[in-house]
Amino acid sequence: MQSRLSILIFALVMAAIPFVPGMPPFWIVLLDNIGLAALVAMGLVLLTGVGGLTSFGQAAFVGFGAYTTAVLSTSYGLSPWLTLPLSLVVSGSLAVLLGLITVRLSGHYLPLGTLAWGLGLFYLFSKLEFLGRNDGISAIPPLSIGAFKMLSPGSIYYAIWVAVIVSALLTMNLLDSRTGRAIRALRRGHVAAEAFGVHTPRAKLLVFIHAAVLAGLSGWLYAHLQRAVNPTPFGAQAGIEYLFIAVVGGAGYVWGGVLGAAIVVVLKEVLQSYLPLILPGSGQVETIVFGIMLVALLQLAPGGLWPWFMSFMPERTSGGKPDTSLKLESRTRAAGPSGILLQVEKARKQFGGVAAVNNVSFDVQAREIVALIGPNGAGKSTTFNLITGVLSATSGSISVLGNKVDKAPPQEIVKLGISRTFQHVKLVPDMTVLENVAMGAHLRGHSGPIASMLRLDRADEAKLLAEAARQIERVGLAEQMHQLAGSLSLGQQRIVEIARALCVDPMLLLLDEPAAGLRHMEKQRLATLLRDLRDGGMSVLLVEHDMGFVMNLADRIVVLDFGTKIAEGTPATIKSDPEVIKAYLGVAA
Amino acid sequence: MNTTIMLFLVQDGITNGAIYALLGLALVLVFAVTRVILIPQGEFVTYGALTYASLAAGQMPGTAKLALALGIGAFVFDLFVARKALHGRLILRSIVANIVLPAIVLALTVYFAAQKPPVAICIALSLVIVAMIGLYLYRIAFQPLAHTSVLVLLIASVGVHLALQGLGLLFFGAEGQRGPAVLSGAFTAGALRFTGQSITVYAITIAFIIGLWLFFGLTLYGKALRATAVNRLGARLAGIRTTLSGQIAFLLASVIGALSGILIVPITTLYYDSGFLIGLKGFVAAIIGGLVSYPLTAVAALVVGIVEAFSSFYASNYKEVIVFMLLIPVLLLRSLAAPAVEEEKD
Repeated sequence: MQSRLSILIFALVMAAIPFVPGMPPFWIVLLDNIGLAALVAMGLVLLTGVGGLTSFGQAAFVGFGAYTTAVLSTSYGLSPWLTLPLSLVVSGSLAVLLGLITVRLSGHYLPLGTLAWGLGLFYLFSKLEFLGRNDGISAIPPLSIGAFKMLSPGSIYYAIWVAVIVSALLTMNLLDSRTGRAIRALRRGHVAAEAFGVHTPRAKLLVFIHAAVLAGLSGWLYAHLQRAVNPTPFGAQAGIEYLFIAVVGGAGYVWGGVLGAAIVVVLKEVLQSYLPLILPGSGQVETIVFGIMLVALLQLAPGGLWPWFMSFMPERTSGGKPDTSLKLESRTRAAGPSGILLQVEKARKQFGGVAAVNNVSFDVQAREIVALIGPNGAGKSTTFNLITGVLSATSGSISVLGNKVDKAPPQEIVKLGISRTFQHVKLVPDMTVLENVAMGAHLRGHSGPIASMLRLDRADEAKLLAEAARQIERVGLAEQMHQLAGSLSLGQQRIVEIARALCVDPMLLLLDEPAAGLRHMEKQRLATLLRDLRDGGMSVLLVEHDMGFVMNLADRIVVLDFGTKIAEGTPATIKSDPEVIKAYLGVAA
Repeated sequence: MNTTIMLFLVQDGITNGAIYALLGLALVLVFAVTRVILIPQGEFVTYGALTYASLAAGQMPGTAKLALALGIGAFVFDLFVARKALHGRLILRSIVANIVLPAIVLALTVYFAAQKPPVAICIALSLVIVAMIGLYLYRIAFQPLAHTSVLVLLIASVGVHLALQGLGLLFFGAEGQRGPAVLSGAFTAGALRFTGQSITVYAITIAFIIGLWLFFGLTLYGKALRATAVNRLGARLAGIRTTLSGQIAFLLASVIGALSGILIVPITTLYYDSGFLIGLKGFVAAIIGGLVSYPLTAVAALVVGIVEAFSSFYASNYKEVIVFMLLIPVLLLRSLAAPAVEEEKD
């Protein structure tokens, strides 16, 4: 546990700093400010860097935290320790409210949306009577333990840095868990995550709340450090600055938030105190220099400074192999594996005037490999998307074990035991192969975010990772288990996708061009694997262009052309079918 | 409230809304082509306005010097990028575009500033100065980042905004300024009084909307810009110079920003930091328009202007709260109407 050790050392160093003889008190003030900013930035790391949701509105949540404790501890005389949970609850529940609206926004709407409500809330803070309008609220009581009052920046220092380090630990625990993998998959789009049962809007809301609660905690500490609040530090400018801190530090790394906070706070201080000496008499020079440095930094290190910083550290050893003796319970199956698993009846999908899938009917039986072939644009992938709930059919019906699933979302389809791979590989490139594959077992784990933060999920987690490791070994990628998925060849990435789909413990496996990019030997190994799976009781439906591969493997073949089924039968009959030959080779006049 | 007040508020709202529409259009344009969310749009507004006001008052605006300084910066960037394949024509072209041009404009500005030039010359000079600033800014700050994520571009945009706002204080001081009307004179229709200025605002907004529509619909450059917006790599493979598209977008945005500034500075006093808030209201309109649709953005901007006018009459304290919170129901409707589509990021 090398990282735990570094955190312990960091904590000890931070604890020792105030005792360094001759430490200027002003430096402690700076460290307090760094800690406060780091808390907010850490939330943004999770939200923006990891989850891909850019928020300009975090300053507003700091404001919620600060104002909650300010009002309650002055007007109602509540103890600051009592207002701590209340501050967190207020920021958290307002995050639910704003998050429900915001997280559904896609792409660039989201940052702009947060900017808008961030500004609106800032003006609200400065206009509301009970929040003291522009003057704010003063004479907030200090934090105290018994008779000890944290009046000086040096005494609240510990409260702030304990909060920072505990929050960092909890956040890192969260990221390294079942929920964390779902969060880390968010940035790469929602289709892949949803195909394995992740409820993406809920996962987004979760990170939103997490970030807001951290911001609220920072606000609560801020109120008791300054002992006064006014609207200025909660405006749009501050919201932008927090985001800036996260990006400077390295938006993908929890400690990047702390590093970014240190750099920005110190830099601003240095600029404010030394620039006037160099360029006297000119107003906001520090803002100008600050802005220019920001742009320069982005051009030189767009990924932030933490990765650059870490490149000087000794290489982290990769994790050991999970204990594969742990068994994950197999999914309870809806019915015995016999008869028709999947029935597609007159399925039709229309995109405007184009019928991508035109009244296609076929079925997949238990213990059967069915191949869906056809020239490019025949509607094979669309058929896959209809079956897995990514698209909903315009008409017709799709049923699994006799139950209609036309309108079911992907998360429900996977629960029925249908898992898939994608034509365009959808792995999270900066997660290891093991973590990517463990995504497949998402529905087979149970630990929630709170349990993950507190590390109560370890037993559950070990089983999930064991299952993932087993499937990786099964597809023959044990060597690559701890490599980043993005570093594998495309062919291997396709195999990783198969391992991930196997982690669902499916009864039907949908493979979209699994053999594309594989070498001859690898194709043979894949064919052997698929036959083994079939003999073990699984059914496979695959789309494939490699005719040799399909003809040798499939029990039955369905041929589509321009969205319409033109033939169905055993490989031998398909080979001699005149319609199929016409579709593939054209017809001799 | 009586009808007169209502009409008056609507008129006021439309005038402001027209300005927001212009800014919204520029934001949509820049975002669509370069993926930059142009926070410094507000600075283009104040730079345009205050340069115009300074010139009209016979003062030398610092922005002309900034344009030259940025031009020199752009020249250095050009040289650095082309350092492996330097040849005379390239250097010459870069010198003319980045150094000679702003130097001439600076000389003209110094010459005219001393003699309180007529309104037309003030407008022309302000537009050219801000246009150059926009163009060189793209070259220096954004072109090297063109391949990065929207987030990085956004943060860079914030950096540029901070630097420009600080420079604004340096150039124009903390006091607000007003400029002379672009078109004086007025006429009344019923209870309403239409000033030449407000008529100019309407006319220019409409002209720009039609102009942009024609530019994007009919011209080759317009189509190239749209192609860049859809797929940068694809556009490059088709022979479109994507850096040129970015430059055109920034040029247009800075001209539109400066123009908006010149149009409002006779109506309201502008300060060096007023632009941010004005630009943000353009944002609200642009978001309502979904950052893609020009006509929708224009309509949304009028709504923003009118809501602002009415809320400043009824609840002036909560004016900004109402304008920015207006966005929430809009976003809600948008997200309900259009389920999020899969997008590949990074």
